[in-house]
Formats: sequence, C-alpha cells, structure tokens
Amino acid sequence: MAQRVSINISRRNGASGDAESCPLCKQLLSAAELRENFHVCPNCGHHFRVGARERVAMLADSGTWEEIAASLRSADPLEFFDLRPYPDRIEEAEYDTGLGEAMIAGTCCIHKMDVVLVAMDFSFMGGSMGSVVGEKFWRAADTAIQNRFPLVAVCASGGARMQEGILSLLQMAKTTCAVELMSRVPVPFVSILTHPTTGGVLASFATLADVIISEPGAMLCFSGPRVIEQTIKERLPDDFGLAESNLSHGQIDMIVPRSQLKDKLVQVLGMLEGGVACALEPLWEEEEGRPGRGGPLAGALGRIKALANSSWRSLKG
Amino acid sequence: MAELKRLPTLPGVHLKDEIAKITHRLRELGLSRHVDKAVWDKVELARHAQRPYTLDYIHHMFPGFIELAGDRCFSDDAAMVGGLAAYMGRTIMVIGHQKGRDLAARTRRNFGMPRPEGYRKAQRLMELAGKFGVPVFTMIDTPGAYPGVAAEERGQAGAIAATLLCMARLDVPTVAVIIGEGGSGGALALGLADRVLMLENSIYSVISPESCAAILWKDSAEAHLAAQTLRLTSSRVAELGVIDAVLPEPRGGAHRDHAGAAHIVKEALEDNLRELETAPPQKRKQERYMKFRRMGVWRENGLTLF
Repeated sequence: MAQRVSINISRRNGASGDAESCPLCKQLLSAAELRENFHVCPNCGHHFRVGARERVAMLADSGTWEEIAASLRSADPLEFFDLRPYPDRIEEAEYDTGLGEAMIAGTCCIHKMDVVLVAMDFSFMGGSMGSVVGEKFWRAADTAIQNRFPLVAVCASGGARMQEGILSLLQMAKTTCAVELMSRVPVPFVSILTHPTTGGVLASFATLADVIISEPGAMLCFSGPRVIEQTIKERLPDDFGLAESNLSHGQIDMIVPRSQLKDKLVQVLGMLEGGVACALEPLWEEEEGRPGRGGPLAGALGRIKALANSSWRSLKG
Repeated sequence: MAELKRLPTLPGVHLKDEIAKITHRLRELGLSRHVDKAVWDKVELARHAQRPYTLDYIHHMFPGFIELAGDRCFSDDAAMVGGLAAYMGRTIMVIGHQKGRDLAARTRRNFGMPRPEGYRKAQRLMELAGKFGVPVFTMIDTPGAYPGVAAEERGQAGAIAATLLCMARLDVPTVAVIIGEGGSGGALALGLADRVLMLENSIYSVISPESCAAILWKDSAEAHLAAQTLRLTSSRVAELGVIDAVLPEPRGGAHRDHAGAAHIVKEALEDNLRELETAPPQKRKQERYMKFRRMGVWRENGLTLF
C-alpha cells in the first residue's frame, strides 16, 4: 500500500523556471531565491502559495516520505458537466499539477518524529474536497490511529467540490467522524491553515484540530468575501477573513511564518505527546513525596520532556 | 465518440483536444440543454412559502413542546429552534432550522440562515440530550449558514464543525429529516445522524443552484440547469446512497396538508427510533461512523468503488 515517491515539483507551483515578482511589493525574485526562502518574499514577507509536494519537502525529513492511498482517483458519479465535463477538468488538473488529487497523504518523520502528514494543493481544482479527499483523510487518520502517530493536516481549499454534488458535502461528515475516532485514542491532530482555507474544509476537519496554526496573511472564512458583499451590499473591512483577524477573534491558536513552521510544529506535537504519555503512565503519584531539586513539579516536567524525547516508539509496544 | 477515445495514443498525436471539442459540441447540440422542468418544480416546492416549517411540524407532532433558548455565549438565534417534547411515552430533543412566513417573521428568523450562536445553541441542546439519554430529532430546512462579517468573526466555520463533531459523539439515537431546503454546510450541521430521511419534495445540495450556476456557468440564470446537474432531488440523492429513506408527501405536496405531512414524519421517526434503540450505544455509534465512512465514490486500481 505504501509507496515511496520522489518529490517532484510541478510547473504551476511556481518553483520552476523564471523569476517572479512579489504580488505585494512587486520586487523581482529569482526562483532560487524564493526556493531558499521557503517561497516567502524576503522583502515584504508575502507567503507565496506552495503545492502539496513542495509542502511535504519543506516539512518532512528528507527521504522519509511514504505516500499512502496514492492510487485513489475521482470517479464521476453525477456525470457532471457544466461548460466542460468533470473528467476533463480532473484530467487538466492532473496534467497541470502532477498530482492525482487535491490532497496527498503519507507517513514521514519531522525532526525525527513519526507523523502522518496530509497536504492539500490549491492548484488542483481549487483544493476542493470531493470523495477522494475525504477518503484519503480517513485513511490518514486510520494510519495515525493504528500506529499511534500524530496527524498533521496542511489545508488549502476553496471548499467542497461542486462536481461531486451532495457526495462532496458528506465528506464534511466523514472527515468529522475520522477526527472523532482519533480523539478517542487520543492521537494529537494539528492543522496548518494556508492561503486560502474556506468553506467545507474549514467547517469540518480543519477547525476540529487540537491546535490550529495558520500562515501569515491566509484567507480563512466559511463564506467568501464576494458572497458576503453581495448579501450585505457593503464593502468588507480590509482585514476580513485574514489569519490575523481570525487570531484576534479567537478562532485560531497562532500564526507562524513558514520558515519557523517545522520547528513550531515539532514543539507543539512534542507537548501534546508528552501529555498522552502522562495519561498512560501515572507520573504524578510517583513524584509525590520525593524530595528533589525544584520540587515535584520540576521532576515531573523533566519526565515529560524525557518521554517526549523518547517519543512513541517505546509506547507502541 | 467512444471509438475515438479507444484509439491507441501514439506519441505526438493528441486527440484529447479533439475529443473535448466534439464532446462540447455534442452537448451544445441539445443533449445537455434539455432542462427537465420537474427538477426545478421540486426546487420551488422545497422553498414554497406555505410549506410546513420546523415549528409547524412541532405543533402537529409534539403537543407540550418546551422551547429552550440561547447559546449561553452570545445570543439566541431565532433561525434555529429547539427544545424538549414528550414522545412515545418519554422525552425527545427536537432541533431544527426555522424560516419565517411573513416579512417580519422572515427578518426575525433571518430567512432560516443561522449564525454561529444558532449552531452553538444546537450543540448545547444535543449535549443536554446526551446527558439525560434523550434521543435527538433534527429537522433540516435552510438555504445555508448566514454569510456575514460578524458571523465569520464569531467563527461560523468552527461552529458548524463543532456541531458535526457533537452529533458524531452523541451516545443517544439520532434521526434527521430534511423537510425543505438542505443547503450546504449549514444544513449538514444537523445531518450527521444515525438515520437521515428526506421528504419527497425537499432538496439536499452542496451549493444552491443559483450560486453553482454563477460560479460554473458564470451566469446565475442557468440555475435550472445547475439544479438538474447537481442531482439535488430526493430520488437522486437516495440513488447516491446519502440518505436512508425518502418519505412520500401528502397528495399535491406537504404545503397542501401540514397535518398529513407531520403524521408521515411522525410515523417514520417512530419506526426509526424503535430500530435504533435495539442496539447498544457503542455499537450504534460504530455503525454511525461506518455509514459516513462509506460515503463517496472513487476509483482505485481501476475499480470504481461506491
């Protein structure tokens, strides 16, 4: 089932070829410069969109990525056609992105910590969630549960995929059930919201994570700005739906610049796993009454750290 | 066409564009332009102003209903109603979207479009039901969750997600009925139930046909075509394995006979609750997860899986 794949970067992901100018400060940036700087403008800090494969390359320790459910492909249950048939749109997206769907899932190590990682790609039909995205998320969650690995979900999505109609809507229910099964173990689940994460993805697994991290400047909303403007017939505030606005309204935990994402992610996961370790081993009773430097609390914290460092491998057996 | 597609692909020969052009032309020539009027009739019936709303069903089904208000955080959302009722010799928690019939009521009920506090009220009532072992019955009838700046700031997406999770977690039996418009995530929030039923003339869709037409056809006037393509009528939705049963409506539709429609819903609710209650809670929950896990159609290793 697992399949090792080389990490290649598709042409739409902005990494190949020529120089690009930053949409915010208009500075001309060479491809190499961008790549070295995590696809963030060194001048103004604008975060360029990155594809799913590149995202994996940024987060996973090199050579550790093993993809799961790689052979899943969309069917066309509604025989949907608008101006073009749905299979045509899929084929084009496959060709443009080099991906089979809007999400890739796999296991990897992040700073030597085993995790299940899923990454969405906005270039594949707007990162929309259809049956395949839902099923991949389910299998990723299942892998996390079976191996007691944490799950990290990098989200980028315009919402549910219209071309699969009601089946896409039900993927919200399906992914929610997967989250509930993970929380019963529990395995830590962290979501990373990138520009843009909206609609059905935001209103299901993306906001159900134990810790929600966002990249700076990401648009996070349930209804898009245009829909709201049409409804209320007013201009929206400039910071509408941005990660910064979501943070100040208490909807996300933190905003982390891309260059620091990997380190922060490992810190958060380590803390959560330390908590799980506490739940599995009755550590507080043990520490009671033992006179130690800095009191029982310092001793306990030391043990949490040691347990987090020794990671899951010892607990799995 | 099929022959053309079967032709072996030679290096340097690209038939893809040709196939796309011919397919497009064929569809233009009338295949796709055939709009089935019956589909749009159903959309209009589902939105009919005289169609029974949640409180109408409650009125006919649950005498002695006690409405409970407020999310305990921010306000009471009139687009979502809920409360306790006596039923089958015990208590049941009833929750549903509520539309208004005249202008004043429509405004008060916000056209049946809940804000986050509506979903948080629903969660509060579900948790209350779970605490006392009371089954939950939801009625779905909304164009969608309210799109507004304040609603977004108070976490519309998170509120819907949390409601879904709340329904996934409940130990008590849950039954949902789509009684009118099942519009998008705002509708689904009440729809993660052990049994999901749908009235004959109701619709259930990922997006409203108008918005779908505006996005994909770049013309909201194509809503009739979008409605047909989205397969949002009860019979079509049932074919896709998303709901458990379609409930027939009284002759001419539910709007002609509120009491009759309520009677049909009541009987279906009773049958389903009786069946659900025979299973122990953990088994029922496991079945709930497996039911939603199966939803979707995809291909894997050349096989199409339903």
